[in-house]
Amino acid sequence: MPTEPLTSADAGPSAGEAPSADAAPGDRPRPGALLRLRALLHLDQQYLPVVGSVVVLVLMLVVGGTRYDNFLSPLVLSNLLIDNSYMVVLAVGMTFVILTGGIDLSVGAVVALSGVLGARMFESGYPAAVCLPVMVLVGALLGVLAGVMVLVVEVEPFIATLAVMFLARGLCYVIAPESVPIRADAITTLGTSRFGAGEWVITPSGIIALVILGSAFFLLHYTRFGRTVYAIGEDEGSARLMGLPVTVTKLGVYVLSGTCAGVAGLLFAISTRAGYSRNGIGMETTAIAAVVIGGTILTGGSGYVLGSLLGVLALGLIQTMITFEGTLSSWWTSIFIGTLLFLFVVLQRVIVLRRT
Amino acid sequence: MTDVSLEFPGVKALDGVDFRLFPGEVHALLGENGAGKSTLIKALTGVYRPSGGHILLDDVEQRFATPAAAQAAGISTVYQEVNLCPNLSVAENVMLGHEPRRAGAIDWRATRRQAREQLKRLNLDLDPVSGLGTHSIAVQQLVAIARAMVIDAKVLILDEPTSSLDADEVERLFAVMRSLREQGVAILFVSHFLDQVYAISDRMTVLRNGRLVGEYLPAELPRVKLVSAMIGASIEVLERLEAETGSGAADPGAAGSGAVTGDEASGATAPEEAFLRARGLGRKKSVHPVDLDIRAGEVIGFAGLLGSGRTEVARLLYGADRADSGTLVVGGTPVTLRNPRRALRHRIAFSSESRRVEGLVGDLTVRENIVLGVQARRGWVRRLSRRRVDELVARYVAELDIRPADPDALVRNLSGGNQQKVLLARWLAMEPRLLILDEPTRGIDVGAKAEIQRLVATLAGDGMSVVFISAELEEVLRLSDRIVVMRDRTKVAELTNTDDVRLDTVVGLIAGGETRP
Repeated sequence: MPTEPLTSADAGPSAGEAPSADAAPGDRPRPGALLRLRALLHLDQQYLPVVGSVVVLVLMLVVGGTRYDNFLSPLVLSNLLIDNSYMVVLAVGMTFVILTGGIDLSVGAVVALSGVLGARMFESGYPAAVCLPVMVLVGALLGVLAGVMVLVVEVEPFIATLAVMFLARGLCYVIAPESVPIRADAITTLGTSRFGAGEWVITPSGIIALVILGSAFFLLHYTRFGRTVYAIGEDEGSARLMGLPVTVTKLGVYVLSGTCAGVAGLLFAISTRAGYSRNGIGMETTAIAAVVIGGTILTGGSGYVLGSLLGVLALGLIQTMITFEGTLSSWWTSIFIGTLLFLFVVLQRVIVLRRT
Repeated sequence: MTDVSLEFPGVKALDGVDFRLFPGEVHALLGENGAGKSTLIKALTGVYRPSGGHILLDDVEQRFATPAAAQAAGISTVYQEVNLCPNLSVAENVMLGHEPRRAGAIDWRATRRQAREQLKRLNLDLDPVSGLGTHSIAVQQLVAIARAMVIDAKVLILDEPTSSLDADEVERLFAVMRSLREQGVAILFVSHFLDQVYAISDRMTVLRNGRLVGEYLPAELPRVKLVSAMIGASIEVLERLEAETGSGAADPGAAGSGAVTGDEASGATAPEEAFLRARGLGRKKSVHPVDLDIRAGEVIGFAGLLGSGRTEVARLLYGADRADSGTLVVGGTPVTLRNPRRALRHRIAFSSESRRVEGLVGDLTVRENIVLGVQARRGWVRRLSRRRVDELVARYVAELDIRPADPDALVRNLSGGNQQKVLLARWLAMEPRLLILDEPTRGIDVGAKAEIQRLVATLAGDGMSVVFISAELEEVLRLSDRIVVMRDRTKVAELTNTDDVRLDTVVGLIAGGETRP
């Protein structure tokens, strides 16, 4: 079964080329097909990247479904959402930031800090009613910090959130350098509860992720705050001249992302039953990748949270497929993500160029 | 507003200006570039905060901290570059920030309905759901006005709204302005086009160098007086300037054979004289092969409509785009200009039409901008001595009359005309033998325009070759020894500029057809 990727890896001059060669036959007819699809549905150009995400996701499901037994089973698909619920939440927060043309590098470290802080507080005997809100609020607080740096001190978002990342990571080690297990009943209950109909199941974490996703959708499309986010991403100067509350909105976006990172920290702690300082390293890059693969344009102004959900699921599917493959090292995940990301960035570039 | 002052570091942009605006009038604000029009508007709309003076709205003193505050008070602005969001729908652009809500959520149906009503007020029949980016600039401009009126504005400021509109679109805009005037809106109208100003305005205020010159009624102020109020010089000076440049151009022009010649005319010029000789120089999808000779001390004007290939040819001569056909001989040796660095080595300089994007570094000072090119050519290791820099800068600041004459002023804070002069100074400091000027006078005032024209004539007199590209044919005609006419990316004619070459000759050639004299 796994001969195909292996031989192409052997034949190719570099390992990085293998997956692209693998993906090429499926991808090549895409632009033409997409154009026809767009004409068919009268799709606006701005939906194009999201259509791309849908196509990729469907393609992966089809490939997975034909290659492996039980791949399309309700259990596997349910787990796809459950296992990635923290990443969905992170990607939602990141979508807001990227829509304004910013970036948030701090989220991975905030996930760790939220977990470590929560774990220590549970260990010291605080009730869940205190610990859980604190785990979320610490993220919000760091979001405020990043937002203030961006807005008041006018630091580039890249640098401001990088600073917050170091701060959060450092605080983790100060609080607990070692892994702190969480034995509180509340966390155990949250981690083991299953609701479901037939073989379809969902956990509290999955529900939280979906609720946050729904709220984010509402916020983006049915509130002035959300519309201002899009306006800022297109042209911050114009948004200001249009009399929109640019400053408040930008601050809000970083607070939102921080809060989402806090929630993600909570969800991650629920699934691992521990807080650990080394958690979440590189998580921010995965979140950014998911957002981009979900069709949000990195320069801002165009994208959807539902797209980001698709992005997270696509990344999760890669992981699942590698697991199903069995013989492949899990590092292949990285290579596939990289390839996918590259394809989407090229797609974005083409769209931006065509627009101008 | 009374006695309003506003300063930037190094530049006093507004100095004690009084300005009044009445309901139901169109009030034109006039002045050269750098006169303070934009600054006045930005002070009025809360973008800048004045350092002195008062702004009264309905006799109530106002201090606007942000554009949002000014809008809340009923002052709406439509800027020259349409400040809307092309990524959003027309309806959203009209209603953004004012969307009707139901139970905390934006009521999209009501939003679209209200947007449609607003557009209808301006006789605009647009699909509110369509993306703004899919419409022309003219329509976007009207959408911007619709947006401005959503807040029931008492004051509507239109900053150069007509600069990218054609005649029909301007008429459409004026119709909208008239109907708003009847509804009692006070309209402040800024335009460079004097015809339009006389056509629509009820009152005019003229600014110069950040100061108030006066307030006039259009009927009482003939156009000549208006222009002289704007540039602060008597008309005779202007005319003398023009006479000077005119004669400067006529001299070497006598060498040509006169009247119109076709493409084959280039063969008639003696090739050994040419500083630059292009044969069949072209680039696919950009410009058809062009033959061109440029001799030392000659001003070659490029005439043609926007998109006719004027700029494209210039970019080939400078190596900004690579030619994929033809040959180029510079100073007797065949060359391939692979990039601008090569061109500079052959002492060809190109001053781009978009000076802000492709020319100046706004956050550096006048001094730094001027020596940038020279220093780059020397390499960063061999630094120019401070004395040499000061000499260079002082020379060009004086020669080009760059104002303020302060080498430490930030270029960002200079007016358009002065920015253009700084850019010119930078190229001149490189001592080019061929200077290509793409629209050097666009968007700058009459006075600076005349100065740049005079400068071109002087440079040519000193033996420099100049390629002069401009949309203003009068200017091309006045300055050039020979005129290359472009149409549809093809060189259609080359004229030696003699007295019997007139504006309509060139216009005829640009338009095409059988209008040869």
